[in-house]
Amino acid sequence: MVTAPIASLAQGLAGRRLSSVELTTALLDRVAALGAPLNAFLALDRERALAQARAADARLAAGDATPLTGIPVAHKDVLMTAGWKTTCGSRMLKDFVAPYSAFVVERLADAGMVLIGKTNMDEFAMGSSSESSYFGPVRNPWHLDYVPGGSSGGSAAAVAARLVPAATGTDTGGSIRQPAALSGVCGLKPTYGVCSRYGLIAFASSLDTPGPFAQTAVDCALLLNAMAGHDSRDSTSLDRPPEDYSRLLRPGAGAKPLTNLRIGLPREYNAAGIDADVAAAVDAALAEFRSLGATTVDVALPNLDLSVPVYYVIAPAEASSNLARFDGVRYGHRAAKYDGLADMYQKTRAEGFGAEVKRRILVGTYVLSHGYYDAYYLKAQQVRRLIADDFQRAYRECDVIMGPTTPTAAFRLGAKSDDPVQMYLNDIFTVAANLTGAPAISIPCGFDRNNLPIGLQIQGNHFAEALILNTAHRFQQATDWHTREPATMALESAR
Amino acid sequence: MTWEAVIGLETHAQLSTRAKIFSGASTAFGSAPNTQACAVDIALPGVLPVLNKGAVERAIKFGLAVGGAINRRSVFARKNYFYPDLPKGYQISQYEIPVVQGGSITIATRAGDKPVRLTRAHLEEDAGKSLHALAVPELPAGRAPWDLEEHTGIDLNRAGTPLLEIVSEPDLRSAEEAVAYAKTLHALVRWIGICDGNMQEGSFRCDANVSVRRAGVATLGTRCEIKNLNSFRFLQQAIEFEIHRQIELIEDGGSVVQETRLYDPDRGETRPMRSKEDAQDYRYFPDPDLPPLVIDDAWIERVRAELPELPEAKKQRFVGDYALSPSEASTLCSTLLLAQSYEDALRAGADPRLAANWILGEYSAALHRDESDRGAAPISGQQLGALLKRIQDGTISGKIAKEVFEAMWAGEGDADSIIDKRGLRQISDTDAIEKVVAEVLAANPTIVAEYRAGREKAFHALVGKVMAATRGKANPAQVNAVLRKRLST
Repeated sequence: MVTAPIASLAQGLAGRRLSSVELTTALLDRVAALGAPLNAFLALDRERALAQARAADARLAAGDATPLTGIPVAHKDVLMTAGWKTTCGSRMLKDFVAPYSAFVVERLADAGMVLIGKTNMDEFAMGSSSESSYFGPVRNPWHLDYVPGGSSGGSAAAVAARLVPAATGTDTGGSIRQPAALSGVCGLKPTYGVCSRYGLIAFASSLDTPGPFAQTAVDCALLLNAMAGHDSRDSTSLDRPPEDYSRLLRPGAGAKPLTNLRIGLPREYNAAGIDADVAAAVDAALAEFRSLGATTVDVALPNLDLSVPVYYVIAPAEASSNLARFDGVRYGHRAAKYDGLADMYQKTRAEGFGAEVKRRILVGTYVLSHGYYDAYYLKAQQVRRLIADDFQRAYRECDVIMGPTTPTAAFRLGAKSDDPVQMYLNDIFTVAANLTGAPAISIPCGFDRNNLPIGLQIQGNHFAEALILNTAHRFQQATDWHTREPATMALESAR
Repeated sequence: MTWEAVIGLETHAQLSTRAKIFSGASTAFGSAPNTQACAVDIALPGVLPVLNKGAVERAIKFGLAVGGAINRRSVFARKNYFYPDLPKGYQISQYEIPVVQGGSITIATRAGDKPVRLTRAHLEEDAGKSLHALAVPELPAGRAPWDLEEHTGIDLNRAGTPLLEIVSEPDLRSAEEAVAYAKTLHALVRWIGICDGNMQEGSFRCDANVSVRRAGVATLGTRCEIKNLNSFRFLQQAIEFEIHRQIELIEDGGSVVQETRLYDPDRGETRPMRSKEDAQDYRYFPDPDLPPLVIDDAWIERVRAELPELPEAKKQRFVGDYALSPSEASTLCSTLLLAQSYEDALRAGADPRLAANWILGEYSAALHRDESDRGAAPISGQQLGALLKRIQDGTISGKIAKEVFEAMWAGEGDADSIIDKRGLRQISDTDAIEKVVAEVLAANPTIVAEYRAGREKAFHALVGKVMAATRGKANPAQVNAVLRKRLST
């Protein structure tokens, strides 16, 4: 029961068949029993979680509950969480306790969710494998020798192992969708500006997007309902009327609920080196969508191959500036011994940041430098516009765009850590949505020859969250990939 | 060989908003260190800037006042560099597209009025302060005391304070012109109410770009920038020193090196701070946390409607309407307080000539004496006008009016109540004056005799006696007439 999706747990809580304290206790016990080999959590707080669970039970008893009241959740450690260590997976913030909470953390707390812990991640959200954390790599619950994807790997692994029914992540180039795909869960990247970035420790400000992980599209919609909304503390937060992202998910759509849905299939995906098992799983999923009434149409995204290079100019450029505040002066790590100001900066940052973070700061500093700015940063912004134009043209012919979330299923730990370019190419299908700001979801759609999950990405135009959630939901009503759980024996034996 | 100096100023005017430019923290000066720095100001992880519209409004006001173009779309950029009092590791400033472009300011020079062109004015945030080898009187409980000789303290109260950086074209040709420009600009930003102009507190500070060239040469010489001149006197001294330094350098066969210099007021000289080779690469790029600043026509018109009549226009009007001299009009228009007090006095019924004399005389002197020329005066223009009306209608003499003025300044009430309370109403009753004159003549036979012997001075002595006997209240013209009449019989 406690490993069920949010929607079922909420029914149990509402019907008083289950209390939040029971649920929270059971999940914390499950984390204690199974969590260690995954290294998904950086912080857990049983006392505080149970206090919140008791408060949630009181709310449920008082009839003052939301659909999320009493449901446990975990937050990616990139999100400021008042009173909790918020490390961003870095030595730089190893002992940093957040004095305030991020907007999405506040929203989910207001909805009555019970925070059980903070999840591990690639350092400063830079990575696609969750191996670059100062606190050690996260492991894939489907096979502990494999990565869970990244950078929100802790959240994805925790939801995949059914240690928690919901978790937050942030998606800058695929950091929600890629680990969702590699870990076999649902991960939604909303439209940029729908969820406030306030309290999200910035990696690349024009790309960073908070979003939810859960077992189902229905659950993602419930979480997004609480996470979305205008925030005057974020100038890029959009001021739009509140939207019910669950509104299309009601039952009773008939046998062919996706009639009229036009699915765009980018021709360029064929040239992207997609693994055969992944291609087969996606083809099978597309067949399922056709049987649900949808039609498919080939579309062109001619600049798709430029999205990874563009991303790896813009994201490091913004990161090089965003991470300048970690200077040892006001908070965070400071070198123990130094000789003067410059030496303090150098030693502090040399010690505080890991290799991948340093690599991106260097790249970003370079592309913004005098004499290189036009050739790199400015050019990248121009190409970013071309990529966005490609998508707008494609959406004249289709409603959603589908394809694999990643070219391959999960790879082994260490397989790509010495080859950053190979690691970056894992983002080929996900970065475009960040460059354009549009929403996209990854949902499980099969397994490869190693029994590792495969993700299907459904992209939509700006503000098409309800459409892509409904599209995902109808697929999940017709299939059971999202209900598959990793065997816990491996986790138990690895203890 | 004659030389010409070429000078341009970059002026940082602190905008008079109550909150900072990108956060809600207070901008008030003089609080305990770091008590006015919120999460945004200290750049905690995850915080974001939100633009204060009041700062934009003030920039628009300035642009309109100098006849510049208000860019309908301007962009905030990040200027990246490391310094401990720069919490984010970058300063948010406008780089490629500023909020105001162009415009000009007219300065008075010996050769007459001269327009000085403005390049641009842009919005940016101030940094905090580094306090070296500082004395910290109280440390938070449980905090081990720092070795204050060896540590630098950071005060972030000023971090995020809104600044308008106003850049002039290199149109100035001497230290005097630079000071005239700075003073005119200083008066203007106070006049339109966008900056308190307090130079001691750093609310208005200038950087001067100075170069020299031989007379008749069209190209510019290599320039040096002198940073952070926070008084008109230092501005004058620093530029004069720098001009001489550069001329001597070239005449001795050397050449000027482009560099940033600091003025040392104790030694009266500029010293190199950093050379062009050391110049940092600020890696400017548009701040992704802030959408472009969009200003629509309606906003500009709303600000225009609030803009007071500008000093130059008011000055012309004073000369034309009230027959004041250009110099009087100019002084009356040197601050909005004086100009408004003058107009309020007129509105209360004061004569323009009399009011000008009083505002430029007693009123300015009192303001100066109290050093309250920045804030509100204890006597409003309207109250002053009511006092002057009592001179005009003969209720009191000009001399008594000065006594009343001092009492008003001290807060004793309005003119009429002070006149009544102190019994200062002028005696214009002929019978009463006749009576006092008779008494004075009877009591001073010696002086009367001197007068009759032909000594005119004795007459003045008698007038003085009568005025003294009435405690200055007798109408002096009537006293003269009665005395003449009585002494001629």
